Amino acid sequence: MSDKPPAEPPSSEVTPEALYLRRREFLKNAGLFAGTAAAVAGGLYLLGRKQTRPMDAFVPDAGLVAQPVARGQGPYDTDEPRTPYEDVTTYNNFYEFGLDKNDPARFAHTLKPRPWTVVIDGEVGKPQTVDIDQLTSWFPLEERVYRMRCVEAWSMVIPWLGFPLGKLLERVEPTSQAKYVAFTTLQDPEQMPGQRRSTLDWPYVEGLRLDEALHPLTLMATGLYGRQLPNQNGAPLRLVVPWKYGFKGIKSIVRISLTREEPPTTWNLAAPGEYGFYANVNPAVSHPRWSQATERRIGDLERRPTLPFNGYADQVAHLYSGMDLRKSY
Amino acid sequence: MASPPRPWLNPALAVGGLSPLVMLAVQGPRGDLGPNAIEAALHQTGLLALVLLLASLACTPLRLVFKWTWPARVRRTLGLLAFTYAAAHFLVYAVLDQGLALGAILEDLGKRPFITVGFLALVLLTPLAVTSTNAWVRRLGFPRWQRLHRLAYVAAVLGVVHFVWRVKKDVTEPALYGAVLALLFAIRGAEALKKKRRARAAVAARNPAS
Repeated sequence: MSDKPPAEPPSSEVTPEALYLRRREFLKNAGLFAGTAAAVAGGLYLLGRKQTRPMDAFVPDAGLVAQPVARGQGPYDTDEPRTPYEDVTTYNNFYEFGLDKNDPARFAHTLKPRPWTVVIDGEVGKPQTVDIDQLTSWFPLEERVYRMRCVEAWSMVIPWLGFPLGKLLERVEPTSQAKYVAFTTLQDPEQMPGQRRSTLDWPYVEGLRLDEALHPLTLMATGLYGRQLPNQNGAPLRLVVPWKYGFKGIKSIVRISLTREEPPTTWNLAAPGEYGFYANVNPAVSHPRWSQATERRIGDLERRPTLPFNGYADQVAHLYSGMDLRKSY
Repeated sequence: MASPPRPWLNPALAVGGLSPLVMLAVQGPRGDLGPNAIEAALHQTGLLALVLLLASLACTPLRLVFKWTWPARVRRTLGLLAFTYAAAHFLVYAVLDQGLALGAILEDLGKRPFITVGFLALVLLTPLAVTSTNAWVRRLGFPRWQRLHRLAYVAAVLGVVHFVWRVKKDVTEPALYGAVLALLFAIRGAEALKKKRRARAAVAARNPAS
């Protein structure tokens, strides 16, 4: 046995200590770098992710409805390209289900559009409470391809299915006292979870002057794109007034009342300086926080000029003759 | 005690911080940003500008409260990231949203207070981004450089106001960022007060009242 220590490897084969440590240090730092970068990227990405289309968007298979009698070729129909079904049903303002555009598509499955009853009362000869399926069976279904202009300066072209509100009003016989029509949305936080927050004064209410309500353009929609109205678009019954900003088109209606006085309207109550009772699309009257002169059609990159009364001036401008639409906005 | 050097920290922050911007540039043209991609890009860049600006303003309070020194090393990177997102936010607005329609942009800047304050915040951040280098600290001298960079406080307040005035309804989210900013200011204020009191006490100790 020798006391001599085992032969050391030649010094040329030994990794210098400094280098050995630097290699470990390098690997450790590379790991920390990757981890931190990923964490920062992930955190910021999650923060900013709102407003994008939900990948798991709930687009219900609403089911085809019976063929409408008239299909997208009437005097009021636009032949502009239709906004894709996917966009119409995943980009919605419906604060009863949340404030982000994709919230309604994600959360509106809690709404039960059947069974559903609509109360028709006020200044009418035949006040009644009617089941939605009975109500819609009274009228032939029509397809109307309308431009829709949101007050936020975006727009769509949507093939609605429905019947003119005027036909419904005729049937319930307004009295000579009736001057306005007031609408109310369902109030039920179980079905509409957004109503648990007092974002707006629930339930959502809207209104029209009687002559606006009787105008043949004014539609009660029960469907779109040949299908039942998806919940996020206001199932089972919503108002469509194509020459007014989108928020006038009250969704998921449970009550229609004819009144003598101008009814309160939700956005007018929330911010009277920004949203008037009439809400006619008007490129000459700015919203306080943005111009209304132009709009972005969903799917377009460039803006287009906004048309007075959203392009329906020939049909509806006479309703407002003698009015100052800068004051009655 | 000085913190370890952590050489990976700033590069990691820069790569991680810029990746949402790269994602936007990739997702937008692919149609992954939803039906209104320009609006989505506007919201994301604006929000991240504010978040990163608040993060940069949190570095000093973090040191004061937790005695951490590493945040001071990343403050410049955070500030530059905030400026990058603010500039991207403005470019998305001016180029993509408004299509460089100068008339409409000038009308917005002049007539709509929420756009005015947002733009002002970007204007205030610009000299801070330019003078963010060590060379500029030397050129200005630290006290002057520091005074100049206090404009970041003003920009952050304007950023929160811009956000509050932008939302249609429900100011919960902007109010949240406003509360964070107020907390950061409160910590700095308390520290300044403490310093003043300490200085006064020191003076009093040196010159005892007769």
